Amino acid sequence: MTAHFSQSATILLMVAGLYIVIARGNMVKKLIGLSMFQSSVYLLYILPGKLIGGTAPILGAGYSVYANPLPHVLILTAIVVGVATLALGLTLVVRIKEAFGTIEEDEIAGDMRSDGSKPGRGRKSA
Amino acid sequence: MIETSVTIVILLMLGAVTIGIVRVRGLFAAVVLLGIYSFLMATLFIVLDAVDVAMTEAAVGAGVSTVFFLGALYLTDTVEAPPVHGQFMPLVVALVTAGALVWGLSDLPEFGSPNQPIHQQGADYLARSMTDTGIPNVVTSVLASYRGFDTLGETTVVFTAGIGVLVLLRRRRNGKEGS
Amino acid sequence: MRFDIVLRVATKFILAPLLLFALYVQFHGDYGPGGGFQAGVIAAAAVILYGLIVGLAPVQRLVPMGLLEVMIPGGVLIYMAVGIASFFLGDNFLDYDHLAHDAVHGQEWGVFLVEIGVFVTVSSTMVAIFYAFAGRGRS
Repeated sequence: MTAHFSQSATILLMVAGLYIVIARGNMVKKLIGLSMFQSSVYLLYILPGKLIGGTAPILGAGYSVYANPLPHVLILTAIVVGVATLALGLTLVVRIKEAFGTIEEDEIAGDMRSDGSKPGRGRKSA
Repeated sequence: MIETSVTIVILLMLGAVTIGIVRVRGLFAAVVLLGIYSFLMATLFIVLDAVDVAMTEAAVGAGVSTVFFLGALYLTDTVEAPPVHGQFMPLVVALVTAGALVWGLSDLPEFGSPNQPIHQQGADYLARSMTDTGIPNVVTSVLASYRGFDTLGETTVVFTAGIGVLVLLRRRRNGKEGS
Repeated sequence: MRFDIVLRVATKFILAPLLLFALYVQFHGDYGPGGGFQAGVIAAAAVILYGLIVGLAPVQRLVPMGLLEVMIPGGVLIYMAVGIASFFLGDNFLDYDHLAHDAVHGQEWGVFLVEIGVFVTVSSTMVAIFYAFAGRGRS
């Protein structure tokens, strides 16, 4: 545990996100948990690229030890894609709110059961 | 080692923010805490020499995604309902997952050491970038040249997600909702 | 928020340097941290900030939705056009060696054009998502 403190701490951050996704019924909160999960995965990728005493992978005179650039590239694109998909998730939450009048999972499930699983009973917004 | 100790301090701060996010019931507070989480993460990326990633995380995680969350909160609710189910099973699942992953860590080389597999195998972009492309920032040359296919795919995913959002939230011209 | 004098004045001071910084990040990305993804998000953040302060109608006069609808697919098309151009110059898809008189210059041109494609798609997508959320009335 002490030799791998950074990795262990990252994993704890990750399962905190996982816990929020499983335990909370509110959909915006679930997406918050999902973002935390995602950020810690980014960290888990970046951690092994680091070399103690190294510098950022921008070549220059006087430096010879650089961090590995490959995980940086993968995560850089993943962050931007992550926010685009997060926006898509939030859009679905907004549509669910408009169709059911709530964003709590349990209330939506109860709604669908009492309705004979017909969604969209709720108010059509103006 | 200054880098290791700064990393540990920032990770502890991230842990504190995480506890805050898990415990707080107001969604507005949770979103603002998530912005702080992203900024701490960006700081940590700078310590880990990933400057491009840090810049992206600060602009995206703390800036744009917070705006999107607040926009969604404006259109939905800002307070979470109290839990109906017990919180015991999710905790067990999370802890078992954490235990399995931490157990799997024990074989990895130490943080920051040069004998990690990533520094020993794979394409050596650092040595090739200058002669192949003349671009000193290796992240840019890998992103746009060596792995141009990847980036084309990622751009297409951003495009697709944008189209999805527009289709789902667009108002019809005659003022009626699409259902 | 619209009538808060501090926010309005601060936004006026920040906006131009923010757009300039986006261009710097875009075109200096070969030599320092930066590139199309970061610059796109920063430029989008400038437009979103302006929209948050002045409201949706004025910002849509500045950056109309029609323009965004051209830019979102336009960036992907620029990217693919660079790939197809290198294809016709006798290289593999997205291999920029023959875009200029020698291989190194060709690579620099290819990276430059591809980053512009990324910038166009990312910035317009972020602004369009903001418009979609802001234009939706509360149900």
